[in-house]
Amino acid sequence: MLSPFYQELVSSLNRGLLMSLYLIIPSAVGGILLGIIVGCFRAFGNTFVRKMCDTYAAIFRGTPLVVQLFILYFGLPNIGICLSSYTAAVLGFVLCSGAYQSEYIRGALLSIKQNQYSAAQALGFSRFQSIVWIIIPQALRKALPGCSNEIIYLIKYSSLAYVVTCMELTGEGKAIATEYFRFTEVFAVIGLYYLLLVSLAILVLKKVEKATLIPGFGQF
Amino acid sequence: MGDPILSVENIKKSFNGVPILKGVDLCLNKGEIKILIGPSGAGKSTLLQCMNCLVPPDSGKFRLEERTVDITNKRELYVYRQQVGMIFQDFNLFDHLTALDNLTIALRKVKKMGKKEATARALAELSRVGLEEKTHLYPAQLSGGQKQRVAIARALTMDPKVLLLDEPTSALDPEVMGEVIDVIRNLAKRGMTMIMATHQINLIRTLADEILFMESGAVVEQGQPKVLLVPGTRSQGFCDKLDILTGKIK
Ligand SMILES: Nc1ncnc2c1ncn2[C@@H]1O[C@H](COP(=O)(O)OP(=O)(O)OP(=O)(O)O)[C@@H](O)[C@H]1O
Ligand SMILES: [Mg+2]
Repeated sequence: MLSPFYQELVSSLNRGLLMSLYLIIPSAVGGILLGIIVGCFRAFGNTFVRKMCDTYAAIFRGTPLVVQLFILYFGLPNIGICLSSYTAAVLGFVLCSGAYQSEYIRGALLSIKQNQYSAAQALGFSRFQSIVWIIIPQALRKALPGCSNEIIYLIKYSSLAYVVTCMELTGEGKAIATEYFRFTEVFAVIGLYYLLLVSLAILVLKKVEKATLIPGFGQF
Repeated sequence: MGDPILSVENIKKSFNGVPILKGVDLCLNKGEIKILIGPSGAGKSTLLQCMNCLVPPDSGKFRLEERTVDITNKRELYVYRQQVGMIFQDFNLFDHLTALDNLTIALRKVKKMGKKEATARALAELSRVGLEEKTHLYPAQLSGGQKQRVAIARALTMDPKVLLLDEPTSALDPEVMGEVIDVIRNLAKRGMTMIMATHQINLIRTLADEILFMESGAVVEQGQPKVLLVPGTRSQGFCDKLDILTGKIK
């Protein structure tokens, strides 16, 4: 039987884990989608759209996530926008992750050989069709390892949600640690939880990579 | 002779202020095969790519079957390109699609054909170039000759009225050149209108209705092979050099 300390720790951390998953899954999906859209705009948009998206990416990659979260949660109410701690956290993660993902996507889009586009054009594809049906499907496969990496980062930086009072894994753990003053054990267990999450994510992402594998695309 | 299918007039193109095409006129009649030869850098590829506006020319008039084509109108340009097929030196197959899907994607997205119909059409074209066994392989799993045959089949699915071929056999090993040349000969037999840049001497001699010799962005000699391939012409001189390269003349 576990001691009362460990019983409380495990039940708190499990609750926190659930909240972490609620944060991570929509943030990862939203981040990828935003990254694809912004990445395409940055690679193929007109000058104005490109500048706008470059600026967005520069801001969200150039400032600490904590600062972004503070502004979303504590700053926005000053201009009348009040977000719940959960919404603020997810929004912050999506915006931050999307900025990084857009960079991976943009790089992959630009790495697709010009001849793929020429071939599509020669068949009568419009520019939009060429990008959607030829360039993007190829680029997504090339971007996958980078995007997976960003998702793994996201799992870990989701621990910052507690700074805007969203009680996820780290937040729950920290509360117990403070209560019992047993930091080493608590944070070691939290570390294990994250390790587990990341390992699970790696497994899933590897599966996705395998399922979308095409001969001649990153297979030697 | 014949009725003109595609004619281009006064095509000019400069890159960075350097004129590469200096006003080329060209008219292809139905079923006619013109062959473009000339030294490297003459502008053959540029001309072919200008002809379907993959490289937008600085000036030029386009007529397809008596209708003037406004290449600045996107919609019109896309329809024009469907009718003017292009075969590239490096095949340019879609790397993420199987041989079959390389064909069906154009039918489905450009011609808006249903999946069943597109697949049937694609299979028919693939078997016509002898690739019915390879339909589910990806480009990386095909040999150069097979890739080029898929590329030709893909161009044909769009029912083009004219085919532009830019050195279709230059990237191939000598052993597989034959299979692509056979496909091109078959096209010629079926009456396909073509303009082809090639250094393949036997294609020049046997297929050409007319030879165009290009140099520094202009057509400098033009005529039937029997007229042009006689001692003393630029074209004959060029073909002699090709013969020496291929070892026919010592
Ligand atoms: N995108 C480009 N930018 C600048 N110069 C170019 C470009 N494309 C072609 N050129 C130049 O135009 C000239 C003609 O090139 P082109 O590829 O049409 O020659 P070619 O006759 O096809 O030669 P080859 O027999 O080697 O294929 C060359 O001098 C080349 O450097
Ligand atoms: Mg060339």
